[in-house]
Amino acid sequence: MTTQVGSTMPVHEEPYSGPLLDVRDLHVEFKTRDGVARAVNGVNYSVSAGETLAVLGESGSGKSVTAQAIMGILDMPPARIPQGEILFRGKDMLTMGREERRQIRGQRIAMIFQDALSSLNPVLTVGYQLGEMYRAHHGTDRKEAKAKAIELMERVRIPAAAERVGDYPHQFSGGMRQRIMIAMALALEPDLIIADEPTTALDVTVQAQVMDLLAELQSEYHMGLILITHDLGVVADVADKIAVMYAGRIVETAPVHDLYAAPAHPYTRGLLDSIPRLDQKGQELYAIKGLPPNLMRIPPGCAFNPRCPRAQEICRREVPRLFEVTGDNDSPVPGRGSACFFWKETLHDADDA
Amino acid sequence: MTPMTPNGATPVGAALAEEAAFEKPVSRGEPILEVRDLVKHFPLTRGVVFKKQVGAVKAVDGVSFDLMQGETLGIVGESGCGKSTLAKVLMNLEPATAGSVRYKGEEISHLTGSALKAVRRNIQMVFQDPYTSLNPRMTVGDIIGEPYEIHPEVAPKGDRRKAVQDLLDVVGLNPEYINRYPHQFSGGQRQRIGIARGLALKPEIIICDEPVSALDVSVQAQVINLLEKLQNEFNLSYMFIAHDLSIVRHISDRVGVMYLGRIVEIGTDEEIYEHPTHPYTQALLSAVPVPDPVARESRDRIVLVGDVPSPANPPSGCRFRTRCWKAQEKCAQEVPALTVREWLEGPAAHDSACHFAAERENGQ
Amino acid sequence: MPEHDLPDDHDPLRHIQPTDSDHLDYVGQQGLAVEQDTLIEPDVIKREEARSLWGHAWRDLRRRPIFIVSTLLIILLLLMAIWPGLFTDANPRQADLAHDFLRKPDYTDFFGAGWFGYDGQGRSVYARVIYGARASITVGICVTLAVVIVGGLAGMVAGYFGGWSDAVISRIIDIFFGIPLLLGALVLLNAFSVRTVWSVVVALAFLGWTQLARVMRGSVLTIKQSDYVVAGRALGAGTGRLMFRHILPNAVAPVIVVATISLGGYITAEATLSFLGIGLQDPTISWGVDISSAQKFIRTAPFVLFFPAAALSLTVLAFIMMGDAVRDALDPKLR
Repeated sequence: MTTQVGSTMPVHEEPYSGPLLDVRDLHVEFKTRDGVARAVNGVNYSVSAGETLAVLGESGSGKSVTAQAIMGILDMPPARIPQGEILFRGKDMLTMGREERRQIRGQRIAMIFQDALSSLNPVLTVGYQLGEMYRAHHGTDRKEAKAKAIELMERVRIPAAAERVGDYPHQFSGGMRQRIMIAMALALEPDLIIADEPTTALDVTVQAQVMDLLAELQSEYHMGLILITHDLGVVADVADKIAVMYAGRIVETAPVHDLYAAPAHPYTRGLLDSIPRLDQKGQELYAIKGLPPNLMRIPPGCAFNPRCPRAQEICRREVPRLFEVTGDNDSPVPGRGSACFFWKETLHDADDA
Repeated sequence: MTPMTPNGATPVGAALAEEAAFEKPVSRGEPILEVRDLVKHFPLTRGVVFKKQVGAVKAVDGVSFDLMQGETLGIVGESGCGKSTLAKVLMNLEPATAGSVRYKGEEISHLTGSALKAVRRNIQMVFQDPYTSLNPRMTVGDIIGEPYEIHPEVAPKGDRRKAVQDLLDVVGLNPEYINRYPHQFSGGQRQRIGIARGLALKPEIIICDEPVSALDVSVQAQVINLLEKLQNEFNLSYMFIAHDLSIVRHISDRVGVMYLGRIVEIGTDEEIYEHPTHPYTQALLSAVPVPDPVARESRDRIVLVGDVPSPANPPSGCRFRTRCWKAQEKCAQEVPALTVREWLEGPAAHDSACHFAAERENGQ
Repeated sequence: MPEHDLPDDHDPLRHIQPTDSDHLDYVGQQGLAVEQDTLIEPDVIKREEARSLWGHAWRDLRRRPIFIVSTLLIILLLLMAIWPGLFTDANPRQADLAHDFLRKPDYTDFFGAGWFGYDGQGRSVYARVIYGARASITVGICVTLAVVIVGGLAGMVAGYFGGWSDAVISRIIDIFFGIPLLLGALVLLNAFSVRTVWSVVVALAFLGWTQLARVMRGSVLTIKQSDYVVAGRALGAGTGRLMFRHILPNAVAPVIVVATISLGGYITAEATLSFLGIGLQDPTISWGVDISSAQKFIRTAPFVLFFPAAALSLTVLAFIMMGDAVRDALDPKLR
């Protein structure tokens, strides 16, 4: 799929033209009491600086597990990475030394979680927790760290930052806490931010503010952003490109406009069709039949085949690779792929509709 | 049929709603549930043994609306607006502090004992979280059959197993699953079990409190379709509480918007979504992410400033005034009534609790 | 890119519109099109048929070595308590100071009177270890039962009804919480002129019920909030049904765990009281009494002390292990 030229560039800092992060054939499995759950089964994606990749999927699709593997916050065991590479600026984080990895994960890649309240320490002030990032990584002294904390809070537009720097996390509203999380992620000016459902716990009006802020800061700092979400609306608003995941695999990748205009995988199409639309008022909603698969018993062939309206014999037999999707004049659309044997039909069907 | 607003005004230009009417031929339009000035305050107390009231969380503070026979009334609002408390008070799970709830003309908000039990047969509820709303120690058969044990008059003892299996069939689950336990089902299937339990007593009203928000996107549509089918089949009236505005629009005939314990605007889905006149509704609608990347440049989003004030200490006058760009002196002094403003015409003329109710000028 | 070998005009999606119901593979009798769970294979369904959470816990327990070992030990102890005659022919009260005073164990005499040697009054230590199980097990089980019933009920009432009943019961629990179990029992048992197993049971149960009441109250308070109890209320279920059908079965798990673990504690408490001379007394046979009388021979004949002490430790260990295993099996977080 998104195999990038130039990812074999020399390892070190200096001029580096490849993608910021390149995940290749990543597998993650969990050992449970009842067997092995294959949460991620060969995921490939890449993000460049200044780019927003949205990873879209339902619960159990492996979207969050992939992010946790990148951040190195998987509990191992029970998790295991039997296969795959996570290249940060061309260097595999799974094989590099512990110290080097820690450096990258602390400073170069930052993560924002869904639940800001449980990610912040309730007994320390917000200012202290923000300042701690500087103290720990740059040895900044206490006073300067506090000044930096206020500056960060202002940057994420927390009103009256100087007065609120001494407040505790529970004294902030949900939206403000999520801003603080963003401020923390920004503190060390990372190259890449991974946001795992950053606005799911927030109300619609606040959601919009937080997403706007995130998008703005991203372009200001020219960071890469991986946005993990299940919300097709949020994705449409901010993403540059999209990877749709299902049962631990990427089933479709596409630039955002192409995906919404004409999905090339029946699953994506089903998701888009099941959103209530104005002209369907009073009609039955399109619903993808059945249920997401149990990760311990992923169906053979294409994992989506039992729910797929287009499934054929071949889908039950063979796992589809990510086919390159071509546009109208048969020339490949850059960055577009679909793991469906019938992507062409799916694509054209969408044109008709 | 034509959906009616509480004061009886007929909406104009509801073409889509008329189309829906073809599918719902039942005699409608009569209010089945009338709610007037409903108030629910949770006292804030201090002290362990000798409790002293120091204030109250005004979760629901003067809510009035009618639920018509056979219609779906959507209630939208953000967390903390009181919509779930409203559901609990209507279900008599929490006693109302003040106000009245009339079911078919009869006051039910202060019933107890067998009279309350009789009313419960007719008003049932579907809960938000399918993982916590089913007793994990009971089989599906016991869960769905429990209503019959509590109300034995509904189904004679010998018929209960059959009745439960029929219900499973109705909600789309294999009737053979009767002996399985809830943890053996996925979220969507559990929600179907919860719906079957709600249907068991053949109620007339079902209050759905965020019935799909805990489900995966691909499963949400299944449950929404099921709810709509059941409504047609059994002529149910729904009160559909949710924060997802697009789902509410899809399923509702009328929609009420809540903010800080009050309904700020209510009308047909068309009136609310296409011609909102309350600033809060306008802001809420403009913030909904639209699954269409083409629209993202052209969107005219209203970004609200500040946070929702605490329901323990709401602002005077209009509760939205602290975040409203139209706010003036009058808004702080006078509580705006939920009525039709005389200067509004057409679909914009519906109940809105704003002194300066008006449609947005640029775009919708 | 490679072409798959299917004709281009093959397009199964074409005739499926969002409002069609023909993509649904199960049509119910009521004429409603519904979707079936196609993803669980039939054999899996059969195997998982009707397995309750308790059933899961049981299946889980059977696979834990720690549970098997502790269960076997407890069964053995129960047999010893009920039919001590199965294990020894010797009479634990028969004393022969002339021949057997502190006679050393004869380890070749399996299950014989002299296997563990003889105590300071010439009685078979082995026989006394066997017969001593009855007092310990009786105290342990009876105290636990009493504590579960009394504490469970009190906790249930406090948790479910709240208000005044909760305030009163919680204050009583707080007061009892300040009394150390052993010290309290010492004082209480002093009031009995004749101390039997039952007086020890009464004293320990009187002081111990509050622990279970706390656990039960907390558990009931949590369960009471859950949606399925609210759903029961919405259906019109009465207090009895809510309490015994919805709340109790879900609230009882932590109580069982705490009770199993504390059972070992009550056995220790009995032995300690007997050791201090305030619990059971001769002629009642109890490990505590034996340990107490053996202490003066600790230099000359340590075996007299060792065997009853070992039996006591093993018993307590068995119950604690079992409680641990049960807790792990019932913990939903590990599911």
